[in-house]
Amino acid sequence: MKVPKEEENMKAGIENGTKIGKDLESVLARLLCLLATHLPKDVAQRIREMAEKENDGAAKKVYDCMLENMSLADSLARPLCQDTGIPNFYVKAGADFPLLGSLEGILKGAAAKAFKDAPLRPNAVDPFTSKNTGNNEGPLAPYIDWQIVEGDEVEITAYLCGGGCSLPGFALVLTPGEGIEKAKELIVDKILEKGVNACPPLVIGVGIGASADIAAKLSKKALLRKIGTENGNPMAKDLEKELFEKLNSLKIGPSGMGGAESVLAVNVEFGVRHPATFAVALATGCWATRRATFRIGKDLKVVSEDFD
Amino acid sequence: MEYHLKTPIDEETVRKLRTGDILYITGRMVTLRDEGHARFLEEGGADIDLKGMVLYHCGPIITKDGDGLEVVSAGPTTSMRLEKFEKDFIKKTGISLIVGKGGMGESTAEACREYGCVHGIFPGGCAVAAASKIKSVGGVIWEDLGMPEAMWIFDAEEFGPVTVNIDTVGGNLMKRK
Ligand code: SF4
Repeated sequence: MKVPKEEENMKAGIENGTKIGKDLESVLARLLCLLATHLPKDVAQRIREMAEKENDGAAKKVYDCMLENMSLADSLARPLCQDTGIPNFYVKAGADFPLLGSLEGILKGAAAKAFKDAPLRPNAVDPFTSKNTGNNEGPLAPYIDWQIVEGDEVEITAYLCGGGCSLPGFALVLTPGEGIEKAKELIVDKILEKGVNACPPLVIGVGIGASADIAAKLSKKALLRKIGTENGNPMAKDLEKELFEKLNSLKIGPSGMGGAESVLAVNVEFGVRHPATFAVALATGCWATRRATFRIGKDLKVVSEDFD
Repeated sequence: MEYHLKTPIDEETVRKLRTGDILYITGRMVTLRDEGHARFLEEGGADIDLKGMVLYHCGPIITKDGDGLEVVSAGPTTSMRLEKFEKDFIKKTGISLIVGKGGMGESTAEACREYGCVHGIFPGGCAVAAASKIKSVGGVIWEDLGMPEAMWIFDAEEFGPVTVNIDTVGGNLMKRK
């Protein structure tokens, strides 16, 4: 399955807004199906590199299975992993984007259509009754995060947020005295304790800020950053490097089988802290981190560079 | 060592397996997760003989294909979540092999030693590779629990690689790490 071609996208013009809304919904639904069945280029490439470098026999067997899985998912157009997560959308919406008011409905429609077409697994469970809603819908499913920016385009990062890979996540507020050293210790301990359940090798997102909610949001933003990018701040970049080395030295390896590497990347995002707080959060992604960014222009053409 | 095993797997074979061995399974596997384990142990009522069979910690994606059922995607889920049930489950069913992802705890390890069962790991997230080794769906019990939690009965062929994690003589691969 390929990214929809230009002619398959809708034409410019919003005079028949409903029709275009539906078309956009179908295109986005197809991109979500593509996301369930394919890793984005940067993740796939890093996995191939790690597989090639690996010398440990048990770890190699796991990488072989991962590569076989990727190629079968591609040829059969099936979800790479049965846990297709809860769809998350991180939207940077230009204030002058023509369909701004309908975008939420379009994203929900796309998620519902992909649920049937991919097919995705029903993963929305009522927290009190433990009843599965059966259709992947419910309060905050799909989850949509909004940021309004200048301009007439929209950038959407879609992420299929799985269960196992979310298990190690945490956010908490430390005292400044505990600060960054304690934060590193907590992250390493958590990965040691629960990393193996998140289908390693892992993508690690770390957020630092003034309160737990801000740190948590930044950790997810860090998780969604492309592999191979680094934080522009030299000290944040050093923290990325230090954690990368520390976590690799744990020798968890693919599926916990040991081997050379345990993480695909460590990404850090930060904001200021309060004089009295040091909030830190961890978000983890599995080797099958299914994340892609789509741009929708004013002409409603959808473009993504994350797939071949 | 590498083993190609057929269900039912007898106790003597199970007791030969050691941590780090690689297994490929042909025969009957059943899936169960949290809700299914709870119902199995608390209410019972699943009319199925699991002696010598394989329990797979998995919540698959299944589609209806004409009259039959097709396994689309079926990788392992976190075994540790089932730790609180597994000792009783092994005792009650006489199951020979449990397959999931990640490690399990001391209570499961104890039951493995006592009743002759091993826990193995299938590579996490390799759900299409896993599904390709499941040749047919023999049925489903407790579909009302929802697709991930129902008990699916699979007939597998050369299902693997499954790496033995907990054996019957105290070996525990994940604990060593
Ligand atoms: S952690 Fe990722 S690869 Fe593993 S089962 Fe969950 S979604 Fe699938």
